[in-house]
Amino acid sequence: MNPVIINLWYVVAAALFIFGLKQLGSPATAVRGNILSSLAMVIAIGVTLFNKEILSFQLILIAAAVGAVIGAIAAQKVEMTSMPEMVALFNGSGGIASLMVGWAALYNLGNTTFTDVTILLSIVIGGMTFSGSILAWGKLSEVMTSAAVVFGAQRIVNAAILVGLIVCSVLFCMNPAVDSPYLYAVIGLALLFGVMAVLPIGGADMPVVISLLNSYSGLAACAAGFAINNNILIVAGSMVGAAGIILTNIMCKAMNRSLGHVLFSGFGAVKQATKVEGEVKPIVAEDAFLILEAAQSVSFVPGYGMAVAQAQHVVRELGELLEKNGAEVTYAIHPVAGRMPGHMNVLLAEANVPYDQLVEMEDINPRIDNVDVAVVIGANDVVNPSARNDENSPIYGMPIINVDQARTVFVLKRSMGSGFSGVDNPLFFGDNTRMLFGDAKQSIAAVVAEFKG
Amino acid sequence: MEAVFLAMVLMLSIFLGFELISKVPATLHTPLMSGANAISGITIVGALISAGGESDAMSSYLGAAAVMFAMINVAGGYLVTNRMLSMFKKKDAGQPGGKS
Repeated sequence: MNPVIINLWYVVAAALFIFGLKQLGSPATAVRGNILSSLAMVIAIGVTLFNKEILSFQLILIAAAVGAVIGAIAAQKVEMTSMPEMVALFNGSGGIASLMVGWAALYNLGNTTFTDVTILLSIVIGGMTFSGSILAWGKLSEVMTSAAVVFGAQRIVNAAILVGLIVCSVLFCMNPAVDSPYLYAVIGLALLFGVMAVLPIGGADMPVVISLLNSYSGLAACAAGFAINNNILIVAGSMVGAAGIILTNIMCKAMNRSLGHVLFSGFGAVKQATKVEGEVKPIVAEDAFLILEAAQSVSFVPGYGMAVAQAQHVVRELGELLEKNGAEVTYAIHPVAGRMPGHMNVLLAEANVPYDQLVEMEDINPRIDNVDVAVVIGANDVVNPSARNDENSPIYGMPIINVDQARTVFVLKRSMGSGFSGVDNPLFFGDNTRMLFGDAKQSIAAVVAEFKG
Repeated sequence: MEAVFLAMVLMLSIFLGFELISKVPATLHTPLMSGANAISGITIVGALISAGGESDAMSSYLGAAAVMFAMINVAGGYLVTNRMLSMFKKKDAGQPGGKS
């Protein structure tokens, strides 16, 4: 096919990608948006096969079939609780694909220096995305420790890697060849850099990291687009890059931390929160039922603990019973609840919670004092009032869901321990707080049983 | 000149991307990410050209491996996004709990 015609089809594909993303703006049209976007991909792949440079199809068919089967099986099998791991792996495979496309582009004849630079960019970004994502996957799936790994000379080592990377890149560009030793050095250093970049980041900061790696996988595709002079790679890659950056920014804001602070320091080592002392007021399921039965408006505030306890289905059941009882039911979701952006929403949607009941932090906070009962399930930091009040708290300044201002707060908790960052939570001692100790799933199930009489 | 033209495309699509994606509600951020994974599989276009070329065996193998990895993203990304998005239901559309 004529290259001009192929490029015209790429324009069509780009338009469909854009429409697809636009329709992702509302849950009502999002399914269609995803289908439009996949149609764009089919067009882009389809017309590329007519490229005159493609002479043999054997390798392509085998590779594509293997990839499609792996992808399809993974997509079917993955548990919704494991979506962060899945996205981390996808970021990684996107990265390694860009690395290889860049590398293969070195074999093209007559590359200009500009092209060589973009090839190196796609190798470097792709490589660090790959190794960083694999490490992020390891931390998320707890194959390795999810804690921040920090050692003394870390910054010096990282700086040395970065300098080495730049020096080798420059040396390579001065004399580009596919068998240049500097090429292998660049690949190795890029992989090492990805590992070193994710190593010092702790489990609670993972939402930021996968968002950022998501962005990098797009930028790597973008760089590969420059390397092979292809518009559609640049358009699609930069959309992905933009998506990742926006999400990274939202996550950082929701934790009141700068990106630099997330990337370069372990969490909470410096400040010691004021220890709060007080008395907790435990209640049993029967009393919880009596209070809930009288409530006009109930808001559930889930955290990752809810997913760990697999409590989302009983929570939805309780929500339905409360609605039948005449209460207004909402699910208030903090942006960093869960292990990735929007994770809680997906878990609740899977449990058949309608999406119009899922509300964001900014929507619930102004009307929180009209909420009769706020039920905190497996969340801790995101409802900790010391983020508002205690300047010594490591999470001071982080926006929270102000459940302490609701008329009554139920906190479901396994026992009296502190949450992920080890911060003491004065919420537990509040006058209007009642603690429901035990496994979240069993506690809710007990309340549901009371409702059913 | 080619480079300048590509830079222009890059600049415009970054701005467009920011506009579009900042309108995606927090509820859909996970599907947005997996959808973005699928779109980043667009490198498959570059991979196909390398894999199908017959100039150098190494280049073909690199291309083929890239086709496989990118295809994992394309197939897996779109399918899992579709699976997730189909779970999002409005209140009265379909009986909640009816589908298990």
